[in-house]
Amino acid sequence: MMTLKVNGREHQVDAEADTPLLYVLRDDLKLNAAKYGCGLGQCGSCTVIVDGKAVLSCVVPMVLLEGKQVTTLEGLGTIAEPAPIQRAFMEEQAAQCGYCIPGMMMRAQALLQKNSKPTDEQIRAELEPHLCRCGTHMRILRAVHRAARLMDTADVSPAANGSAR
Amino acid sequence: MRASTRIIAGIVAAVLIAAAVAAFAIVWRPAIAGIDPPDPQSFDAALVKRGRDLAAIGNCSDCHTPRGAKNFAGGLPVPTPFGTIFSTNITPDPETGIGRWSEAAFRRAMRSGVNREGQHLYPTFPYDHFTNVSDEDDRALYAFLMTRQPVRAAPRENQLSFPFNQRLAIAGWKLLFLRHDTYRPDPRQSAEWNRGAYLVEGLAHCGACHTPRNALGAERVSARFAGGDVDDWHAYAINEQSRSPVPWTADALFTYLREGWHPDHGTARGPMAKVVSNLSSVPASDVRAIAVYTASVSGTPTSGRTGPSEDALARAKKASQTNPVGASIYTAACASCHEGGRPLPYGGVDLGLSTAISSPDPRNLANIVLSGIDAVEGERSPIMPGFAASMNDDQVSALLNYLRARFSDQSAWTDLKKTIAEARRTQTVFLQTSPAPRNAPADPQQREKP
Repeated sequence: MMTLKVNGREHQVDAEADTPLLYVLRDDLKLNAAKYGCGLGQCGSCTVIVDGKAVLSCVVPMVLLEGKQVTTLEGLGTIAEPAPIQRAFMEEQAAQCGYCIPGMMMRAQALLQKNSKPTDEQIRAELEPHLCRCGTHMRILRAVHRAARLMDTADVSPAANGSAR
Repeated sequence: MRASTRIIAGIVAAVLIAAAVAAFAIVWRPAIAGIDPPDPQSFDAALVKRGRDLAAIGNCSDCHTPRGAKNFAGGLPVPTPFGTIFSTNITPDPETGIGRWSEAAFRRAMRSGVNREGQHLYPTFPYDHFTNVSDEDDRALYAFLMTRQPVRAAPRENQLSFPFNQRLAIAGWKLLFLRHDTYRPDPRQSAEWNRGAYLVEGLAHCGACHTPRNALGAERVSARFAGGDVDDWHAYAINEQSRSPVPWTADALFTYLREGWHPDHGTARGPMAKVVSNLSSVPASDVRAIAVYTASVSGTPTSGRTGPSEDALARAKKASQTNPVGASIYTAACASCHEGGRPLPYGGVDLGLSTAISSPDPRNLANIVLSGIDAVEGERSPIMPGFAASMNDDQVSALLNYLRARFSDQSAWTDLKKTIAEARRTQTVFLQTSPAPRNAPADPQQREKP
């Protein structure tokens, strides 16, 4: 048994030290936003935020998470009250099949937390580890810019919940 | 008495004058008159093309084209134990580049490290290898460079401490270490071997990274190809001291130098990536010659480099018992690719074949684990995620110790934590603020892939 902090809540999970975080999130905690894509850390669809940094949860074993804060897309906002990053992706209609989008949003969120006004170049460089086979890249780019503007004007961001700076 | 004093004084004066004349002869080099920049159209196109290939073999762009800068405009800071030296502008700009250099001035720079004005050049410019470049090849290189786009970019001031900031000191260095003899073919060897030797010892200047240097920054002749330093990476030994678990063959070297990876050895990353990128665009026969010669240099492997498999199993068990944290990280973060059975370049190399893990220097492994390997756009290139964001230094250290214990028969590294901290300091900045490194060809317009 170990304690895992996810989205501000502590969970007691029964997992081996070498179990990837993604499996625990999806199978034990039923947090299904992070997706299993390649399982090799090569596609980005499993990305979550750990202590403010975007990590690939399919290649992060539980042994690395002691005392750390995990944030998943569920921790950013809800259907009723989407976070700026989620609103921006909806408003730009940035998803087609949508499989890669939670990972994209999480890395974009981590980027915006440390750089509130990223340039096009910086967004492209940051999102480079993420694959999207539908080809909505231009909309994703616009959505990240839009999220940056939304965060700038939003008075309260639910994103602050559970994510360390 | 007085007469003999005068004689002695005379002798002393004569000796001093002779010494001054000798010193002057060693130090002083005349300027070579500037020319009007030659018309690019005046160069033969075939000569320019050959010069392009030679410049790629010489890896000129690696130092003379910093990331994101204009081709061959210089300005790359090269850190040395003596201070920082900046690469120069070798475009044909008349004011800030080599536009006013005659071919004779260019050849003198290549042969003896003296610029057109007669100043001694620092041996960061590897003229100690370029002495071996033939007149015809110098002519082709000159034709290639003089037909590039001129870029106005003033050279940056070197940051060196006394006495290294005195160019006189370079003349002394040359007296000690610069051999002026050019490459002579060995009639007992094949034409291909000789071609390889000519390139490896000359223009390709492989020893500049792969041979360790002495206290004065010269390559140690007695330790040729025994492994050296480049930036924050270790350039592996490529002589019989190689730690590669499987001995290199000419065929393996050819594939590695051409494609950037080989299933028995892994991937060429760090500073070697640029070398491979350049070599992928030159005639295959030259890369083959380099491979043939290098394989002969690496000689017969010392015994015991390929460990029997029962040893490997015992090592794996022991490593997991003594280092469970490292073992857990390995299982989740590494094994999925490295034991996936998927062939290179998209799958990971069998870590039992990794030179990085069996090398005496852990820097390359630390760099790769923290930064990963970015896929190169438009190429069938290896890929690996970096782990800087998910592991702290202690955890990386546990992993590296585990890899070392499980996949090599070498003793544990010392000072691992320091190496990891340093790798994190130098690499993560590079990773997070810049786009991925490009395998930039010497001339993007003329990229040729086999």
